[in-house]
Amino acid sequence: MTRFIERHPAWALILLIAVALLLWLILAVWPPGLEEAIGRKRVFLNAVFNGITLGSLYFLVASGFTLIFGLMRNVNLAHGSLYLFGGYIGYAISAWTGSWILGFIIAFLGVALIGIVLQIAVFRRMEGQDLRQTMVTIGLSIVFADLMLWAFGGDFYQIQTPSWLIGPIELPLVTAVKSSGEAVYLRYPMVRLVIFVAAIVIGIAMWLALNRTRVGMMVRAGVDDRDMLAATGVPIQLVFVAVFALGAGLAGIAGVVGGTFQSISPGEDTRFLLASLVVVIVGGMGSIPGAALGAVIIGLAEQLGSVYIPTYAIVVTFLIMVLVLALRPQGLLARR
Amino acid sequence: MSLVQGAHSQTSQPAGARAALLAWPEFNKPAVWLVAVILLIMPFIANGFFLIEIFATTLILGTIALSLMFLAGYGGMVSLMQLTVAGFAAYMVAVFGMSANTNISLGWPWWLATPMALVLATIFGTLGGALAVRTEGIYTIMITLAIGAAFYYFTNQNWAIFNGHTGINTIATPRFWGVNWRSDIPFYYVTLGVAAFCYFAVQYVSRAPFGLALQGVRDNPRRMAALGFNVNAHRVAAYAFASFIAALGGVLQVWNYRQISPGSVSVGACIDILIIAVVGGITRPVGPFIGAFIFVILRTFALDLLVKFGLDGNRFRLLIGLGFLAIVFWSSDGVIGLWERWRRYAAAVDKRTSGGHGHG
Repeated sequence: MTRFIERHPAWALILLIAVALLLWLILAVWPPGLEEAIGRKRVFLNAVFNGITLGSLYFLVASGFTLIFGLMRNVNLAHGSLYLFGGYIGYAISAWTGSWILGFIIAFLGVALIGIVLQIAVFRRMEGQDLRQTMVTIGLSIVFADLMLWAFGGDFYQIQTPSWLIGPIELPLVTAVKSSGEAVYLRYPMVRLVIFVAAIVIGIAMWLALNRTRVGMMVRAGVDDRDMLAATGVPIQLVFVAVFALGAGLAGIAGVVGGTFQSISPGEDTRFLLASLVVVIVGGMGSIPGAALGAVIIGLAEQLGSVYIPTYAIVVTFLIMVLVLALRPQGLLARR
Repeated sequence: MSLVQGAHSQTSQPAGARAALLAWPEFNKPAVWLVAVILLIMPFIANGFFLIEIFATTLILGTIALSLMFLAGYGGMVSLMQLTVAGFAAYMVAVFGMSANTNISLGWPWWLATPMALVLATIFGTLGGALAVRTEGIYTIMITLAIGAAFYYFTNQNWAIFNGHTGINTIATPRFWGVNWRSDIPFYYVTLGVAAFCYFAVQYVSRAPFGLALQGVRDNPRRMAALGFNVNAHRVAAYAFASFIAALGGVLQVWNYRQISPGSVSVGACIDILIIAVVGGITRPVGPFIGAFIFVILRTFALDLLVKFGLDGNRFRLLIGLGFLAIVFWSSDGVIGLWERWRRYAAAVDKRTSGGHGHG
């Protein structure tokens, strides 16, 4: 952090001002002139919160994608299918047992199992052939998409939110002041906040697992130099299988999350594949903090864009990607 | 990168052949002449359905896939946005030309709208390529796929230019010299002419100094840079050339269907182009056309075939996906590779059986 400030003082200053401005926009009561210029504060706050919670969903999907890519150089273009499959499992389990939590667990295990099978049966046979692996994942995504369409049809499914999470919660953020002087506070759906907190917990747990455990050490060493790690006698195939299972399982969890606060249907696989691609390109390939940063940026850009410039929202996301590729082609937080 | 290796141009010819034959070795083979004659007299063999739905569609999809073959085979860059460039050209034809959506279409005549569409689509593809060459190898797929998907979602969202998810309908097609060029037989010859032009253009460029330098860049970019070649400029130029070919395919496609909507530029359609090129083989310009033929035949008849076998006719994409997986697993250079392997095997068997008769 301090090194960044020393090396790029101008950028650090711009970033600091941007963050301060954002904080002021969130915390302060807006003066009437501002409300006239860009609309109500409640709309803005909702867009920011939606953006951050959407970003936490993107993080869940993209962190698995970036982990698999970082270690195995495998651009898993079937990642969106794993997400969608997780959503369908979560829906089936929670509809059958009535338990939301159980849906998460089974979705994680089920999709992780698919990941294990894929790694052992398919990708291990073509190790080191990046392009061929990617082609295989494209083929798999087509097959998976059609199998899921066969099994679940083209309907929209929404996973039932458990009763203890339904309803809004009042946050200590003032959206407006009534003429009587009474402050109006922001009300926001409880379930989204819980998912946001859960994503942070998962992110921190992943960071700890990668940086403070022996297996994490192996994974980080593998990201840097796979062949050298194998030469030191680490059972690298086992590490590969574990990482693929974890990455796939995270996509499965994300599917349940997505099915709860949006819905799942054919075509969502492509949407989340695109989201993970852009998040990973922006944040830096193979970097977990990069995925987190990229996810928040893309989530915010998408939500604020769809509120303030509805027909060009996707262009904002795309421009961010272009800007990052132009200025820092390896991604914002990539090491190389 | 085993898939893109081996696309070397064939310049070895028997000594004494004429210069023209040296430049175009395929004119030496009788099979090539046979295929050319069959394609030329096709309107007298096939009826309207086969002519347009099978052969013209094959030629159009083959042309778009040819642009991917050029990038992947000679440049080592697997771009998933070739269909997006084609779709962009198609949208531009609809926006600048005449259509039923008069609030959007500018109503230019076709001879003005079409070059405009080609130029804009080429610029679009070149800019996308300039973005994609910022990173290398496997990242190209990710970035071009992101560009393709972003364009798809943009056409869905935007109503001012692209008319949202309904798209633009009843697009006017050219009529001049008293010929309606969209009626079956003239349109077939137009697609055949454009496809042949693109095929020979790719064939020619692959042997021209630029194409050879591009193949050098594919095999060893650092060495080419050390030799004084501007690696990125070659790559961007390859994108520009490929974009022009894809744009030609896109214009033909919009004339064929006379409508364009986001469904035509969806991610699935982008991936279909990759499947066509890979199934046909990305080592030779003829591969994409073979791949397109297989794809179109499957797409048209898979439903009836599956129903005949008592299966669900809607599982066409499953069939395509499994076929693609099989090709990627067993033959890294597509159907052409299978054919060549079979010929080599047959030749070896032939040599063994007729070894005692002094054949050679």
